[in-house]
Amino acid sequence: MSEIVLDVHGLTVVFPTADGDVQAVSDLSYTLHRGETLGIVGESGSGKSVSSLALMQLLNAESARISGRAELGGRDLLSLPPDEMRRVRGKDIAMVFQDPFACLHPMHRVGDQIAEAVTAHEKVSNAAATARAVDLLGQVGIPNAEERSRDYPHQFSGGMRQRAMIAMALVHNPSVLIADEPTTALDVTVQAQILELIERVKDEFDMGVILITHDLGVIAETADRVLVMYAGRAMEYGPADELFAAPQNPYTWGLLGSMPTVERKLEELVAIEGSPPSLVNLPPGCAFHPRCIHAFEKCGTALPDLEIAPGGHADRCHLSPQMKREAQGAGIAGSPGAAR
Amino acid sequence: MVLYIVRRTLWAIVVVLIVLLLTYVVFYLLPAGDPALRFAGKSPTPESLELIRERLGLDQPWYQQYAKFVKNFFTGDEYGWPGLGYSYVNGVPVLEQVKERTPRTLLLIVGAATIWLIVGVSIGVLSAVKRRTVADRAAMGFVLFGISAPVFWLGLMALYIFWNKLGWTGGTGYVPISENPSGFFSHMILPWTVLAMLFAAIYARMTRNTLLETLGEDYIRTARAKGLSERQVITHHALRASLTPIVTMFGMDVALLVGGAIITESVFNIQGLGWLAITSTFNQDLPSVVGVVMLGAVAVVVMNLFVDIAYAFLDPRVRYA
Repeated sequence: MSEIVLDVHGLTVVFPTADGDVQAVSDLSYTLHRGETLGIVGESGSGKSVSSLALMQLLNAESARISGRAELGGRDLLSLPPDEMRRVRGKDIAMVFQDPFACLHPMHRVGDQIAEAVTAHEKVSNAAATARAVDLLGQVGIPNAEERSRDYPHQFSGGMRQRAMIAMALVHNPSVLIADEPTTALDVTVQAQILELIERVKDEFDMGVILITHDLGVIAETADRVLVMYAGRAMEYGPADELFAAPQNPYTWGLLGSMPTVERKLEELVAIEGSPPSLVNLPPGCAFHPRCIHAFEKCGTALPDLEIAPGGHADRCHLSPQMKREAQGAGIAGSPGAAR
Repeated sequence: MVLYIVRRTLWAIVVVLIVLLLTYVVFYLLPAGDPALRFAGKSPTPESLELIRERLGLDQPWYQQYAKFVKNFFTGDEYGWPGLGYSYVNGVPVLEQVKERTPRTLLLIVGAATIWLIVGVSIGVLSAVKRRTVADRAAMGFVLFGISAPVFWLGLMALYIFWNKLGWTGGTGYVPISENPSGFFSHMILPWTVLAMLFAAIYARMTRNTLLETLGEDYIRTARAKGLSERQVITHHALRASLTPIVTMFGMDVALLVGGAIITESVFNIQGLGWLAITSTFNQDLPSVVGVVMLGAVAVVVMNLFVDIAYAFLDPRVRYA
């Protein structure tokens, strides 16, 4: 396997509030290889975005308590002092956000905003920075890049803005690109184009990509490996083809069962009953057990480990392989039988 | 853009005419005495009063006087353009009075505005960036003081301390800059500071609030994600976006002060437009009141137009057709 570009170990993010500590991310570990797309999937509030913002040190330092390690190029991102982190941000690790309408400064020209990313880490003339911006806009598929670089963001469509955000992220050829719900705010027709673009630049720029989404369809299209998160914890982690073919965790079954596909009619979809737990007051044991139709006594008392099975496929569940096969065989709602 | 400016200018004229009409109506609905009596001197005879009324046009209904005034305003009268008539009290042309008083008020405003913009915005930025620190608390303490302290009290205290006790500055009164530049500054520094105090406080609070709001925007996170320094993030991204509300407020405040720095002008005896407005009102000197009101209305309308046009330059999303 190719070189590891990002090694996250035991990442924990806690927001102390008046009502108690919000356990946004608990003991999250994963590795990202060069040239690979890691899909992180989960519901809102599952900690997928927060964990990435923590890596970038973009969470408010006053309000978040972050622990763990995240190694990138031999440095631990989580313990870098702010000024050194500033030199890594946008250079070795870059990020594309969810809402391209809000993420570009409305009063600066698109080209200037990208050129600014150039000069943030490199001593070059403004002309050279602008030329680089135009070049990158062209590479991400903006027609008439030279002319369009002088436009303001409101003159761009949503898809074009997201392309511009991607161009901005590519400026210093980072080894890691984090895309946080990059297609959620876009029209369906544009979503596929943006995903294709991310895949293409991943290869061209030889990066590792973390793709955060709540949309399993997006994951199925692009991810090489998948991390399923629930209530701040990794529930299942493994190669994408394996995870889709043989999902191991009841939560993943639920996610797959609630995903609409072309073949499945609406009435065949099965929603996961209940709602995600409060992160201030996580249920004891497995955080998913109050909603899990397969839960038994042990699930409410002990937190299952994330056990690595053969093939690097890990799963956090007390069910034995035998019990899982039975649940699958019964074909009851929320089982993988219903999903595929 | 040109069309827009033309349209706005025409509207501005309409607004000024309406303001003027209201001034006339108010003045004639609340007459507390006969202006002709003042004009006539110590022992007027009915004949002389009649003569004065005829000369001043007071024998005509108010709307005819208004129509005559509007006509003179646009075409000019014997004292020049715009025609504003002459004072009922001392027979001096209003235009001349206004011309004499305007520089005082404008210089007062320019100096004060410079101080409050620099001080207010700096304090606002500082306290937003250093939120919840001692500096922030101190800044907000200053804001509370500036907003609550009445201008007349501040002015008198400043005069007492810096002029009377310490002798650092000049006292009350106005020294023309052309006659004595150092005397001008020495006499203006206190009124500038006192007038700027309230506005600096308001601007500090507003800058802090808008900046904090802007700092929560997604594009600020993008700027940080690029690896920009905090200083660049604040100046080039956050402050840039906070500029629009500051400019709006600035335009309106400056315009309102043209006719309304009355307390500061009185405390420091500057005798500018505010002072002219107040004394003319007490003397029922309609033409002088109207002169100041016209200037104030024009200032508001012009600054409004200026602010709207400035918008187009500040915010590319705003384009006028």
